Amino acid sequence: MGDEAVEYPIRTDADILTVRQAGRELARELGFSGSDVIIVATAISELARNIVVYARRGEILLAKLERGGRAGLEVTARDRGPGIPDIALAMQDGFSTSNSLGLGLPGTRRLMDEFEIESQVGLGTTVVCRKWLR
Amino acid sequence: MRVPILKQGPYLIASVQSALTDADLLALRDELATEVGRSRARGVIVDVTVLDVMDSFATRMLRTIAHVTQLRGAETVICGVQPEVAFTMVQLGLSLEGVETALDLEEAFALLNRKLQARLGTGGHGR
Repeated sequence: MGDEAVEYPIRTDADILTVRQAGRELARELGFSGSDVIIVATAISELARNIVVYARRGEILLAKLERGGRAGLEVTARDRGPGIPDIALAMQDGFSTSNSLGLGLPGTRRLMDEFEIESQVGLGTTVVCRKWLR
Repeated sequence: MRVPILKQGPYLIASVQSALTDADLLALRDELATEVGRSRARGVIVDVTVLDVMDSFATRMLRTIAHVTQLRGAETVICGVQPEVAFTMVQLGLSLEGVETALDLEEAFALLNRKLQARLGTGGHGR
């Protein structure tokens, strides 16, 4: 996890807008291009919505990163919801893209440079993803 | 923020003014479904020029709006999807397949006018 992480509680659809806006501002501040700012904001939106829909409540943490002189942005989405029984299945395209049942996780992985997911049934899910400045 | 719906001739124009919550999108869907009947509209334009995030929920709602208004007898055109937004949607695996789209408001009007003319032309039964 990067330093200076700021935590945003996620409970309602209004929180999705708030954290998306915060992510957009942080990405701009770090110098991301216009299209990468949009990509980061969209990925945050998908992750925040998963929390609201599947776990009811959780947090998103946004952090600046620096690795080898390169700046990046880290998004951590954390909940103590039902967890995902079959992560491999949830990460399959088609299972989870544009239609109502999916988690949108494969799409979110495509938007970001790095993507890690940990989930335990009954304990919750944590997704950590990063985007690096080009 | 609620989306204002304006009537112009046979069309309704929903001009999105700012980022929308899920509740705003659901309200827009319901209002358009009702308003198409109340105003006997033949077409609906949803202008999303100001949206810089179109995630899976927003995309699904726009598709739903288009399908619901079509069942109510009006055609929907989504206009103003920005280039970076389109690129992000493709990467996410989202599409507006089965939904008419146009570059901007002007093109959306032109498209609806053509569709309305075609409908009157072929479905007029010599009226």
